[in-house]
Amino acid sequence: MNRLSYIGARLVKTVLITIAVVLLSFFLIRLAPGDAATVMAGQSGYADEAFMKSLRIEYGLDQPLPVQLWKYVKAVAQGDLGTSYVRRQPVAAVILERLPNTLLLDAFALLLAAGGGIWLGSVAARRPGSAGDNAVTVLSMLFYAVPQFWLGMMMVLVFAVWLAWLPPFGIETMGADYTGLARLGDVAQHLILPGVTLALYFLASYARLTRAAMIEVADQDFVKTARAKGLSERQVARRHILRNALIPLVTFAGLQASILVGGSVLVENVFSWPGIGTLAFEAVQGRDNPLLLGIFIVTAILVSLFNLITDIAYSIADPRVELG
Amino acid sequence: MGFTRRFLCRPTAMFGLAVFLFIVAIALGAPLLFSRGPFSIVGMPLLPPGASGLLAGSDVLGRDMAVGLAYGARISLLVGIASTVCAAGIGVLMGAVAGYYGGWVDDLLMRVTEFFQIIPSFVLLMVLVAFLQPSLASTVIGITLVTWPQVARVVRGEFLSLRAREFVQAARVLGMGDAAIIATQILPNALPPIVVISSMIVGNAILTESALSFLGLGDPNLLSWGSMIGGSRSAMWVAWWTTVLPGACIMITVLALNFIGDGLNDALNPRARR
Repeated sequence: MNRLSYIGARLVKTVLITIAVVLLSFFLIRLAPGDAATVMAGQSGYADEAFMKSLRIEYGLDQPLPVQLWKYVKAVAQGDLGTSYVRRQPVAAVILERLPNTLLLDAFALLLAAGGGIWLGSVAARRPGSAGDNAVTVLSMLFYAVPQFWLGMMMVLVFAVWLAWLPPFGIETMGADYTGLARLGDVAQHLILPGVTLALYFLASYARLTRAAMIEVADQDFVKTARAKGLSERQVARRHILRNALIPLVTFAGLQASILVGGSVLVENVFSWPGIGTLAFEAVQGRDNPLLLGIFIVTAILVSLFNLITDIAYSIADPRVELG
Repeated sequence: MGFTRRFLCRPTAMFGLAVFLFIVAIALGAPLLFSRGPFSIVGMPLLPPGASGLLAGSDVLGRDMAVGLAYGARISLLVGIASTVCAAGIGVLMGAVAGYYGGWVDDLLMRVTEFFQIIPSFVLLMVLVAFLQPSLASTVIGITLVTWPQVARVVRGEFLSLRAREFVQAARVLGMGDAAIIATQILPNALPPIVVISSMIVGNAILTESALSFLGLGDPNLLSWGSMIGGSRSAMWVAWWTTVLPGACIMITVLALNFIGDGLNDALNPRARR
């Protein structure tokens, strides 16, 4: 298969995943006890049979399931994710408003994790079995076992409460009304604690993967050739081993994205970061089912798009990869 | 060297096992160790550990933290083990069928596991538990639903490679049916990786349960480590023990389980060791 048809097939797959997400959501709605009419009636505090019936007709709940499904799919395709019960605004608009903050946090965490992890992993791989190597292994075991939200709270306790180095919550100082560079600096300060908390888990994974990949690559013939032609150890490590070891990490970033989103829901809540995660918590608190479901749909589609991008990047970065 | 000796030779695995058994003992013995339940109020709120004879202090409502921690262990272990058993059951069944028969069944299963790998499963889990109403059962159902594909993938891979082996062909020649071959010939040989991944899933399920409870999506009638942390958020600034202790319990439990998993992995796959 050539690259173009690979990308085409990959696009089709992304579309199929999106359809599956929407179908799944439609059936999830049916899990909740009662329907939209009971919720609306409950909120208006007024519910006789006639009113419920008119509500059901208004929302199309009296129609057969396939018709409802078709209408639902059509609405979602047009970007209509329903109306938030609590905010009384379109779900899509509420989510879009918060999305940039989550993207900022997640992107920062991903870059930090990849950068830090690759550096730590390559340090560990240089001397397998050394104290530094063992430290990386121990740290990664610890971060796999720590609940992320709790790690965040410990960060607040140490760096915001006891040491008072960094702000404990929010995205900027309330009421400070900074503009321009001052605002940027303020946001950056607020980004550090949640970003590091979110990154630590993935940093450990990246370090382990980089270490394993580098040790594997270091064994291959082209590395011996590079050494034989007289390159310094440093050049061999940087230009030959690390570069080749990095390729599989691209796919890894895609696979980790779904876990990253889950982690950011928790971390956002610990740090009151005004993103999608805190919004999901509000939705749970307010029993705002359309909003919660909308968050699932949007995050699922975004993650599958991100996977599409990393897969395409991988196929370009590694010409040896079997496309199929 | 036998399996048991290989496992026991690893200090981390032994340490993990000892810690895990200790936690199991506390969980089982909680009603015997403490005369009061986790919700009963024993004194002033936010007493530090050691004050008024309270080993781990008291929480925001003046409840004994030590009792809460002991009862919390019950929830964590119960959810961890129950959802792992369910996920392993479904995963083994699906993975075995897909790996053994191949064809469209296999294609379908692979698409489903890929789907679960790509979508943010924690967000799906929040939706599931919120829509089903938070309870112990919905937590276990939700975790099972997002976890079984991991097991299915591993089992499928094992079955795929084992089904072509001579002993399976021999069984077929002898006239053994598909179900019998799957259950008595292939499955026993595929057990080691199933055991290893299951031990990892227990730890992950415990972490996931604590995260759900922290967000208020736990059973409202039960006190778990996650809900203890979630309920003490406002007190964190003045009473560190209300959040530090339950979190440390989660971490130690999961760490112990991961150590056990690593030990099992090395003991069951001696060739994989460097």
